[in-house]
Amino acid sequence: MADALISLDGVEKVFDVRRRVSLMRREKHRVRAVDGISFEVARGEMVGYIGPNGAGKSTTIKMLTGILTPSGGRLRVAGIDPARERMRLAHRIGVVFGQRTTLWWDLPLKDSYGLMRRLYRVPRARFEENLERCVDRLDLAELLDVPVRQLSLGQRMRGDIAAALLHDPEVLYLDEPTIGLDVVSKAKVRGFLRQLNEELGTTVLLTTHDLQDIEQLCERVMVIDHGRLMYDGPLGGLHTAGAVGESERTLVVDLERELAPISVAGARVVKVEGPRQWLAFPAGASAAPLVAAVAADYPLVDLSVREPDIEDVIARMYAGRG
Amino acid sequence: MRRRVRLYLAVAAGGFRRYATYGTATAAGVFTNTVFGFIVAYTYIALWDERPGLGGYDQAQALTFVWVSQSLLAAGALIGGGFQEELQERIRTGDIAVDLYRPADLQMWWLAADLGRAGFQLLGRGVVPLVAGALAFPLALPVDPLRWLLFLVSVLLALVVSFALRYMVGLVAFWLMDGAGVNIMATVTSIFFSGMLLPLTVFPGGFGEFVRALPWSAMLQVPLDVLLGRHAGAGGAAEALGFQAGWALVLLGAGRLLQSAATRKVVVQGG
Repeated sequence: MADALISLDGVEKVFDVRRRVSLMRREKHRVRAVDGISFEVARGEMVGYIGPNGAGKSTTIKMLTGILTPSGGRLRVAGIDPARERMRLAHRIGVVFGQRTTLWWDLPLKDSYGLMRRLYRVPRARFEENLERCVDRLDLAELLDVPVRQLSLGQRMRGDIAAALLHDPEVLYLDEPTIGLDVVSKAKVRGFLRQLNEELGTTVLLTTHDLQDIEQLCERVMVIDHGRLMYDGPLGGLHTAGAVGESERTLVVDLERELAPISVAGARVVKVEGPRQWLAFPAGASAAPLVAAVAADYPLVDLSVREPDIEDVIARMYAGRG
Repeated sequence: MRRRVRLYLAVAAGGFRRYATYGTATAAGVFTNTVFGFIVAYTYIALWDERPGLGGYDQAQALTFVWVSQSLLAAGALIGGGFQEELQERIRTGDIAVDLYRPADLQMWWLAADLGRAGFQLLGRGVVPLVAGALAFPLALPVDPLRWLLFLVSVLLALVVSFALRYMVGLVAFWLMDGAGVNIMATVTSIFFSGMLLPLTVFPGGFGEFVRALPWSAMLQVPLDVLLGRHAGAGGAAEALGFQAGWALVLLGAGRLLQSAATRKVVVQGG
């Protein structure tokens, strides 16, 4: 790729973990959090970086920001070696860690933005323009004067995303940007990211547990597990690899008593455990008629709907290969 | 350079406003400092009645020591408080990652934020106890504005020394996941060696000279002696401020070394 903005070549990160075996003895063993990963991301791409917990996603992101040095391999972001020139790189990237915040906890949201302007030395006119765009599209106008500690998780996340974009970064890393958000907030965040990528050409690399983030945002997806890249290609490719099939949601029903697998149109039973049964149905279909059908024919006590997630995809990917 | 100064001024302003939002906490602090001041003042009166001129102070000077100490207590974080617990918490939870990727210097960032906090607490928690003390007791406050100016410079240096020590205490969390023990030790040390418990001039002989040469004395004893005019002439005052500035530089330098060891450990070992 001629215009690779991010490139990794055989990147490794090895941690020495000391574990106390007895009172006096400690055993050292090595954890290969990232075990020889190579990929390139072109300018303007929007790539999903997925994998189970502990797969090495966050470690990769931290290496891409320069706050972790790779143990081996070569890594470049915008031509910069992140670990050597962390400060210079910082002006060209934006980072959002979904579970952490860069905002000033006790102060109104807008105070943090003023600080970002000084931190990244953004010219005032440019700053105002960027802020206005973010405020408008992320619906922040009413929140600017609210202390960050009083914001809901979804509001805070939108605030954090805006904070990461005021200095016109070429690349935006998002580590779990929709974690813990309600459906409305998720939709807002996704809509904003899509616009950002389309209109400003910002390159986006995002890690997530939510398959819908990927489906709605990324044409390309990378799957990582045990520190290795398991798949790199279009989302559709995961389908043909037998990993995703058609994306399905699961209706979990609790019945009054144990029954044989129930039969309902539009869904199939994938698992039975005592009085609880799991019904898979197409993610695009509504759950309402299904719930009505089950309630009409069977003694229903309780129910819940599970969205498809990355763990399922990866589990099925292994199943498909094996 | 000028832009960096503006950045840290903005950080300091944020630190100031953060603490300003907690009005009730400030009021409670003012009340505590004032009550504390009365208790210590009566203790000192008993002491100085028994031993007039103890530590080279007359009774009015001793009482001034008490009330100014109470005014500086919160700002200088002399009995704990301040930012180091927050820093430790950020290290423990990994939120420090956010601080590390910012294009700013970690130590300067926290110094600016802590000076902002101290600035607020100097006003919010310093003025009322001092006024209360001045109304209730005969204090030996100077009338010379130059003396007050020197005192303010000395207080600023005291705050930097206090920060520099606590920054190192905070960074210890990179190695010990629980900083509570170190914090208690640091607080007890600070209460005694700053002169908070008793003016350091009270201690005779070699021990007295030793404790007055330690950095903690720059946090309280020195500013008070500057205010009380115990440093004769311009030379004496310059020497006192130089002593503080020297410790500030040494401790900030040591903090930087510790910080680079800590960040090296993090970037190599992970958070």
